[in-house]
Amino acid sequence: MASFVVNGTTVLVDVDPDTPLLWVLRDHLHLPGTRFGCGAALCGCCTVHVDGEARRSCLLPVGDIEGRSVTTIEGLGTDGLHPLQSAWLEVDVAQCGYCQSGQIMQAAALLKAIPQPTDQDIDDAMTGNLCRCGTYQRVRQAIKLAAFGSIDGVPR
Amino acid sequence: MMLSRRNFLFGASGVTGGIVLGSAKVLAQVAENSDQIPEITVWVAIKPDDTTLIRVARTDMGQGIFTALPMLVAEELECDWSKVRAEYADTNRNVTSGKPFGNMVTSTSISVRDSHEYLRRAGAQARSMLVAEAAARWRVPIEDCTAGNSLVSHRPSDRSFRFGELAMAAARRLVPENVALKAPDQWTLIGTKVRRHDALPKVVGAPIYASDVDLPNMLHAAVAACPALGGKQRRFDAGPVLRMPGVTHVVPVGDTAVAVVARSWWQAKKALDRLAVEWDEAPAQGSTTDAMQQQFREGLDADDIASGHAVGDVEAALSNAARLLEAEFEVPHLAHATMEPQTCTAHVTAGRADVWAPTQNGEGTTAVVAATLGLDPSRVFVHKLHPGGGFGRRGLAQDWARMSVQIARQVDRPVKMVWSREEDMTHDYYRPMVVARQTAGFDAEGKLIGWKVRLSGSSIAASLSPRWLRDGVDYALMDGFSEEDFPYACPAFQVACARRDTVVPVGFWRGVNLSQNGFFREAFVDEMAVMRGLGPLEFRRELLADNARALDVLDTCAERAGWGKAETGRYQGLAIVEGDHSWCAQVVEISLEQDAIRVHRVVCVVDPNFVVNPDITVAQMEGGIVQGLAAALYGRITVVDGRVQQRNFHDYPFLRMYEMPRIEVHLVPSLGKYGDQWGGIGETGLPPVAPALVNAVFAATGRRFRSLPLSLHDLGSEQ
Repeated sequence: MASFVVNGTTVLVDVDPDTPLLWVLRDHLHLPGTRFGCGAALCGCCTVHVDGEARRSCLLPVGDIEGRSVTTIEGLGTDGLHPLQSAWLEVDVAQCGYCQSGQIMQAAALLKAIPQPTDQDIDDAMTGNLCRCGTYQRVRQAIKLAAFGSIDGVPR
Repeated sequence: MMLSRRNFLFGASGVTGGIVLGSAKVLAQVAENSDQIPEITVWVAIKPDDTTLIRVARTDMGQGIFTALPMLVAEELECDWSKVRAEYADTNRNVTSGKPFGNMVTSTSISVRDSHEYLRRAGAQARSMLVAEAAARWRVPIEDCTAGNSLVSHRPSDRSFRFGELAMAAARRLVPENVALKAPDQWTLIGTKVRRHDALPKVVGAPIYASDVDLPNMLHAAVAACPALGGKQRRFDAGPVLRMPGVTHVVPVGDTAVAVVARSWWQAKKALDRLAVEWDEAPAQGSTTDAMQQQFREGLDADDIASGHAVGDVEAALSNAARLLEAEFEVPHLAHATMEPQTCTAHVTAGRADVWAPTQNGEGTTAVVAATLGLDPSRVFVHKLHPGGGFGRRGLAQDWARMSVQIARQVDRPVKMVWSREEDMTHDYYRPMVVARQTAGFDAEGKLIGWKVRLSGSSIAASLSPRWLRDGVDYALMDGFSEEDFPYACPAFQVACARRDTVVPVGFWRGVNLSQNGFFREAFVDEMAVMRGLGPLEFRRELLADNARALDVLDTCAERAGWGKAETGRYQGLAIVEGDHSWCAQVVEISLEQDAIRVHRVVCVVDPNFVVNPDITVAQMEGGIVQGLAAALYGRITVVDGRVQQRNFHDYPFLRMYEMPRIEVHLVPSLGKYGDQWGGIGETGLPPVAPALVNAVFAATGRRFRSLPLSLHDLGSEQ
């Protein structure tokens, strides 16, 4: 049995405590927006927020987050879309899109910590998130659009 | 959340289209029953509220055809684009009703270039039926009626009907055979920047992928195939594992693999890791990459080498040459490593199979499922979902579909199979390993007089579709050197290839054979340029003097890149490759930082003849460049006794954000100037980047690196 908060709702799930949060979200709570990519914290597809921090849910035993608060891509926007999601649409970042939940969750944690990130900040924060379609240039532009109002990071 | 058996719909106009946003939650991905909607032609159905469903027969794995193909229809239909929804065409209907949707294969960058004409025609036919219906209602000449913005209007009387008002009756009209299509200069939608239909679901985490399928009573399967390629599963001891939490079944998957089925995937995977399986790896003993390389190199001089394109007498030219240049090149096997590992959901009941598949080829999935289960294809229902990446992995190679129904037939509930990343990495249909030897002869004045290419490697056709071989020869292995796509003028030229098939299955990987042959050819061109005493650009211009289209692309690329004007410490490399009828030139700009390559900038110029959606086209170039760079820098799959050595992204690395160069893409569509053939986009950006990169490395180091990936080489000390 594990109990924690997901997107503002307290949940009680009957699973072994060693079950990774990823599979609890996907198979038990029917929140498939958090994706499985590698199972080894190498790709970032499964990134969620635990108490506001970006975490790889594929290696995070659900027993370790007892009572804590999880936000997934489904719960990111508080009233409609998060500014990053809007920026993602504006730049048309996604190709296949499979990694994008994780990219956006990682970027959201970055902007929370550093509202106006430098390129180096973006490199540091986003390098753990793989995109096999190669959307990195647009990911960077979308982060800057959300942070500065322009894709080149020059405030408008 | 449950997915219906119906096809998905994705909206064009934000939150109204199939996705509901409310109180911070995405509530549902709805699927509508489009049977109830008047179908004007098989491609177009229009609801009373003007919502326009346009069917897509190909598969969108990120290349944007869920948007581009409907744009082609909508251009002629004259509908309001904000009312357009795309949905996958029904595979079963195509199989059972005489292929109304034509070819559903999504490969070789084919979607737009192969279907643009019939899709524009489909739009024009539907428009013509709507206009005819309106004219009949008004009793006015058709010629006085016009269509636009989802309205048919009669200007003389200032009346109009919405498409939705006409659809039911228009659908009963005969589909006209002869319709005129707009000339390119009349297009108002094609060529404009239109956001992807499926951009919103992808940023809100909506369940649009095959691995998101969630059916009532569904179970989850984790699989393990024999760790050695080509090996078998001998026996396994299900007993202890069956007692583990959630586990419901432990089943063989054909004679090569085993699956554990459980209430959740994690339970299945945990049990699978504990399952004792005896494998038969004998067929793969001795199959190691080193031995294969040796075998392939021997192929270069073997008697069974088969000739392809030839001009003049290359042997005579080389023996008369004043100077010779010879070099050998090698590329390794590569994995697709789609971001979404292989997955498929199946429900097999008496006389019927339903399959929820991320397939690049709906009919291919149907055929494999039917053959595996002994069903008539009409009893197979393939529900297509977006693949989380494809790159060729989910087309002709349907191993995942076969395995999915092999499992599901032993379970009386729907089963979702998901491969672990390790399973995916070690059981791919890999980009072929190939070796090449090229020999060039120059006359006393330094002019190129002969060029001989010998290739030896594994054949995709032999691996996946032997009927494509001609007298045992896979001519596609010589792509880029063939009569159709070898661009350079040389008085004597010959290409030949030896087929060397191994235990490693090979398949289509973005760019296919051009992914290696583009590298071989364009890297060698730079070496020849030195012998000729010309720069890489000047030498290519000399050999392409009669090819105005290639010169346009090449010169534009050189100009946009500032060729020859790199700042101090930066080095440039150039390449040009025609792929799927599109011409693409690239300049890669690098520096060396502690003998490590830093790629700063890639300038890409592409001429696909016509462009449907410029921003998506640019994105495809960006994607191809990143994938090609990652392969050239790091990509390498090796085997030891048939076991693939790489297992996850730590030992099969891909480009990451911190290494991302600035990519500048310039579209130069020639708009029919050089012929009618439309070019492809999905793969075109990849082949030039590896040779442009190694050519830049030569500029920086003076060293030629002729085997990939570059990570194998010590740039600082190797000669």
